[in-house]
Amino acid sequence: MKNAYKYSLTLAAFIFLASVVSYSQEDWIRTGTGLGVEKVRLAAADFKPSSADPRNTALLKAFNDTLWNDLNNAGIFDMVSKSFYPLSSPAVPAEVKFAEWNAPPPSAPMLAFGSLGVTVDSMTVQGWLDDVKNPQSAQVLAKQYQDKPTTDNARIIAHKFADEIIFRLGGGIQGIAESKIVFISSRSGHKEVWMMDYDGANQTPVSKQGSISLSPRISPDSSRIAYSSVTSAGGWQLQMYSLELGRAVSFPRFSGTNVSPAWAPDGNRIAFSSSQSGDPEIYVADSSGRNLKRVTTSPGPDVSPCWNPKTGAQIAFVSGRSGLPQIFTMEADGTNAQRMTDQGYSVSPAWSPNGQFLAFSWMRKYGPGAPGAQDIYIMDIVNKQWVQLTHDGGRNDFPSWSPDGRHIVFQSTRSGSEQVWTMLADGSIPKQLTTSGGNTQANWSWK
Amino acid sequence: MNKAMKQARRLVVPIAVFSAVLMLGACGKKPVKTAPPPPPSPPAGPSASLSANPNSVAKGEAATLTWETTNATDVQIDGIGPVNPTGSRQVTPADSITYRLIAKGAGGTQEATARVTVTAATPPPPVQTAPSATEEQMFNQSIKDISFGYDSYAISSDQQGNIQASAQFLAQHPGIHFSVEGHCDERGSTEYNLALGDNRANSVKNALVQAGVAADRIRTISYGKEKPFCSEHTEDCWQQNRRGHFVYQK
Repeated sequence: MKNAYKYSLTLAAFIFLASVVSYSQEDWIRTGTGLGVEKVRLAAADFKPSSADPRNTALLKAFNDTLWNDLNNAGIFDMVSKSFYPLSSPAVPAEVKFAEWNAPPPSAPMLAFGSLGVTVDSMTVQGWLDDVKNPQSAQVLAKQYQDKPTTDNARIIAHKFADEIIFRLGGGIQGIAESKIVFISSRSGHKEVWMMDYDGANQTPVSKQGSISLSPRISPDSSRIAYSSVTSAGGWQLQMYSLELGRAVSFPRFSGTNVSPAWAPDGNRIAFSSSQSGDPEIYVADSSGRNLKRVTTSPGPDVSPCWNPKTGAQIAFVSGRSGLPQIFTMEADGTNAQRMTDQGYSVSPAWSPNGQFLAFSWMRKYGPGAPGAQDIYIMDIVNKQWVQLTHDGGRNDFPSWSPDGRHIVFQSTRSGSEQVWTMLADGSIPKQLTTSGGNTQANWSWK
Repeated sequence: MNKAMKQARRLVVPIAVFSAVLMLGACGKKPVKTAPPPPPSPPAGPSASLSANPNSVAKGEAATLTWETTNATDVQIDGIGPVNPTGSRQVTPADSITYRLIAKGAGGTQEATARVTVTAATPPPPVQTAPSATEEQMFNQSIKDISFGYDSYAISSDQQGNIQASAQFLAQHPGIHFSVEGHCDERGSTEYNLALGDNRANSVKNALVQAGVAADRIRTISYGKEKPFCSEHTEDCWQQNRRGHFVYQK
């Protein structure tokens, strides 16, 4: 255990040095988003059965697929293809043949392996991570998990083990394999709030408004979802859904159009857009809806607020005060408004967990006859330097950051309909998560 | 293939020389403003209007579509087929639907749409059926939607006539309450369009209030791009969707 700690410190220092040494203009995104410039080469051998139970086969498939996807999606590993692995993979540390894993073709400095077995009514998983280059004290990680033998539990244990590996080898940043994504789906015939695992598994309905629901935002402690719905009597109103109670809880109604709620990182305040004055402006209130305070005063649309999750002191938002919508930032009390984007049609700001970047959706050329490409960009808030992340056509909108800041979930029409996608925060490895109905406005949980 | 390419090349050279001469000419001379030749007068474009009465029915009840076109040779309504240039017809839609009329003529194509909302339950019979239906019919015929430019919530000068006509009608029918729906085209972002649609609905309301209509007769709601009238990805369709839409309430 002590060794493992020392190891991870050394590794973190090494990754830091490597990123400083090779820093260049092109790398600022990768270093700033914690993706690193050098990826750790990692092998993940399929786990082996540790009992003769016939249920092992299906559980092992779910476990091995999930573990591989989690590590492959993490964005910090160069995964060694399974076709390069030695013929016999280890189930316990004593079976690791260091020379075989260390030499080509695998040339894997790090190896994850282990076993899964069902006995009676219990599933036991044992997992290890070895530093193959250091046979004298190879063990970086040793974990044991026990739960009822279901594929869901096999997936959850794989997520937990993947997150341990990512935490040790990824500079001490918590993994995201257990995080959730809320989004809007029209698959039931109405636009309602849905929720899924970060990898698109377990898509389940949340709201049952039966009208149009939009803009779900999950609270920092994952206990509530704020969203807005059109109501028969009062137009657009904010709704508050308690995931603990499994139902909507009461929230005050305001006149006008009330949309796009956003949580402060302390979970005690929300910002949203309300036209109760006759013009859409940004308001800040307690998460109960009380102590309402208007913080913008410009004519025209002010909408889509988003707090700086690092400081809780600034809000990014979209304003039409200067014509076409642009991204602005301001202090949470409304002072010191600054325009961040200089042209086109810029919407849907999302502040990165480390406070350093804004992700947003941008039509850099907009108007009659313009090509109308709408893509996700990220901007360094200090020097306003930006980089285009999506290049694959369609309309790309509503970015939201993963808790580790290494991934972005967004919606895209590139596959022919509006669907939810994820990618690494440098724009690589786009992955479609939804297929049924139209799916939009994804929001990644805070942890 | 080779032959075709050679032919193409033979054509390209003289065109390139010719356009170079043209460009030289343009550089050497100051362009002189001349009035463009009068265009040949085109055939008059068709006009079309379509309305549904009532525009909201309970499930199983009928509504009457009424349309008028001019200068059209081919008139069709989606889901119904070819129809006379002017006419009316009873429809009993199962669900809320937007009827689209396409009038084609020598001068072009014109579209008009009318929406029938189908409500689930049968409403209790109103006390005075006949007069209120007449009032709603008159409302739907007299009040025209207000169109907006892209990303704009300002009421342009060409829409002022509609505002004045609506205000005049509403002054003559002081009992009518109604809502103004703000709609946007499908481009741009969901949340921004909800805010923009709210600004559009309020622009229409404020213009009517300025023209003397009592504010408490007017409800506003934004639908952003959630309820488009027309779902094609064309500038024509987008223009139809950028509107303040009037809905009779009482």
